[in-house]
Amino acid sequence: MRSGTRPTGMSRTANRVADVAEAPTTAIRRRLGTTELVYLALLGVMVGGAILVALQDKNLFSTANTVEMLSRSSLLGFIAIGQTLVILCRSLDLSVGYVVALSSLVAATTMDGDPARVPLAIAVTLLVAGGIGLANGLIISVLKVNPFITTLGMGLIIKGYLDTEYKGPAGAVPESFRQFGYSRIGFVPVSAAVMLLAAVAGILYLRKTRTGFHMYAVGGNAEVARMSGIRTGRVMVTAHVLCAMTAGVAGLLLAARFGTGSAEVYENGYELESIAAVVLGGTFLMGGRGGVAGTLAGVLILAELDTIFNILQVDPFFKDVLRGVIIIAAVAIYARRRLDVRASRARFGGDGGADGGPPPEPPPRHDDDPARPHQGGVR
Amino acid sequence: MTATDPGRAAATSTGTRLAGLAGRLFGGGGPTVFALLIVIFALIFVMNPSFAEPPSLMAFLKAAAPLVVLAVGQYFVIVCGELDLSVGSLVGAQVVIAAALIDGEESRTVPVLLVMLAFGALVGLVNGLITTLLKVHSLITTLGMMLVLYGAIRLWTGGSPKGALSEAFRTAGRGGIDMPVVRQLPWALIILVAVVVLAIVVMRSSYGRTLVATGDNDQAAMFAGVRVWQVRTSAFVLSSLMATLAGVLIGGFAGVTAQVGQGLEFTAITAVVLGGVVLGGGRGTVVAAMAGALTIQALFTLFNQMALPSTIRPAVQGVIIIAAVAYAARERAGPGAQDHAPAAPPDQNPDREPAAT
Repeated sequence: MRSGTRPTGMSRTANRVADVAEAPTTAIRRRLGTTELVYLALLGVMVGGAILVALQDKNLFSTANTVEMLSRSSLLGFIAIGQTLVILCRSLDLSVGYVVALSSLVAATTMDGDPARVPLAIAVTLLVAGGIGLANGLIISVLKVNPFITTLGMGLIIKGYLDTEYKGPAGAVPESFRQFGYSRIGFVPVSAAVMLLAAVAGILYLRKTRTGFHMYAVGGNAEVARMSGIRTGRVMVTAHVLCAMTAGVAGLLLAARFGTGSAEVYENGYELESIAAVVLGGTFLMGGRGGVAGTLAGVLILAELDTIFNILQVDPFFKDVLRGVIIIAAVAIYARRRLDVRASRARFGGDGGADGGPPPEPPPRHDDDPARPHQGGVR
Repeated sequence: MTATDPGRAAATSTGTRLAGLAGRLFGGGGPTVFALLIVIFALIFVMNPSFAEPPSLMAFLKAAAPLVVLAVGQYFVIVCGELDLSVGSLVGAQVVIAAALIDGEESRTVPVLLVMLAFGALVGLVNGLITTLLKVHSLITTLGMMLVLYGAIRLWTGGSPKGALSEAFRTAGRGGIDMPVVRQLPWALIILVAVVVLAIVVMRSSYGRTLVATGDNDQAAMFAGVRVWQVRTSAFVLSSLMATLAGVLIGGFAGVTAQVGQGLEFTAITAVVLGGVVLGGGRGTVVAAMAGALTIQALFTLFNQMALPSTIRPAVQGVIIIAAVAYAARERAGPGAQDHAPAAPPDQNPDREPAAT
């Protein structure tokens, strides 16, 4: 015990001080889930942004700005919803940016300006994207290649194909399908409405279906999930197929906005941005905790920030700096909360995070915590 | 900590060293990278026998030096269980900083190098402290750092790099000592050898063992008296210092552009993983990681020899990376893996179990 406590002596004291200081608020904070916190953060960003914008005599909530914010959110939203599923399974998809580019090209070249071919193009695009997701999932679950390497390699493969096959924009999108990119109902762009529907579907999928439940189980502890009779491989493959397909929808949206397919969009770094949005939404990067509702808030936060920066005419490079700082700060706040949750269930401390996760906090040992009497047994 | 040299244990237990060597080369696991390296080099030699001559080999090593240095830095971070995505933008930032501060004046070379080292150490320290003390996953920390560096450098220079590097600064990356046989012994190669030796010494020291132990099981390491946060933070500092060194080499070799360093983080991580180092930590040797970097550079050379269209290269690279890692994972995925790694999640890091060897 003595040797065990030595390295953490300082942080322990700090924790205890923090506990005492936060004692009145912890009860409230425990009742708030991470998702609620993310929505509070979104509200905070909106209020703060509105005040800053109001100082310049502009209105953040004017129709134009709201439309801009929502249409910004729809593209990233689709990608991030899929990314949530794979991250919940403790995987990750770095190929989504390339899938978006490929999908926009497949859609635009299949449509080729003919409105009658729109349904066919949508089907082909989703099929191609789903096929890529299937390949990702199978390589990860059958060949046991790390997801990071699998999807990075898959991204390179698609990049090679795109660079070789398409020297520039290709295909044409008929006017009827371009409505998906531009038209709006009231102040809600159609694309954002579809994205919100997809988010609701995602939430229901995770909460109401068997496979959705299994995703949490696999991400929490794949071995326990397997021993409980879950076919972990299938769950992983499903998550990757769905993720690639939502990226395919994002590609369709891009094709509708540009009116043509474009390979260059893979340079936009959607993969990292979507991961940032998912994590900003409170989903645990090491799997098993989180959900689409949080991701939606994460996406809206990023889109709202972008809109605010645009109205305030913040230097685009300074935007990157701010975004980096905000993402780190937000995740640091969630991490603090997660420590609180761990402390309340010390019995299970260090279960999920032991495999290369964020450094698992040494099992919290409050002297007054009866849950861990056996701690002294550590030699 | 027991997993530092699985190959050696396997060889002594089988008895015959030769069989052990062959098994290590082609039997899957980390050392597969050496087999891949040999195969790629053999292909290059067959296509272009003159490549075997010392001057071209020197040129190859000169070009490979930055990636190997980056891979060493990334290895430190990966083996202790983290990930550093900020190295690519740090390389870019350092080159741009060097150009702007030196501005073509020879006398400023050394002070600016010191500034760069300090800046590199600072970036690593920030990465490390945010990851360990604030408990932010290193993927997010270094992703944020990547955005911050990328934006801050362009904000500072107004979008495009300004100033110029001094001749003395560029010598490290492109100059060398003239001598017979090899024609010119590049400084980059001397620096590379120094880094290699240093890395091996570090990994054999108690610090290196602590690093691996932390990546393997940080709770066990903590109970053994390791100050986990200090070890991990120092790994990030080492990684950033290596990125600084790589920045000096690349700046000398390729000069200053706004795109310097872009995407290098993924190449470096790929190199390390190709070397059989497991993402998640605790597994793999620094020598194999360096071999992974050489393999990737050799692959690029092979593409040049084959006059492969530059557009298709990423695709081939992607296929080879996935295939190589799948091949190396074959052993772990096989039925035999079940009895020594029962509790590891099969979908991701099946061999993270400390008792695997």
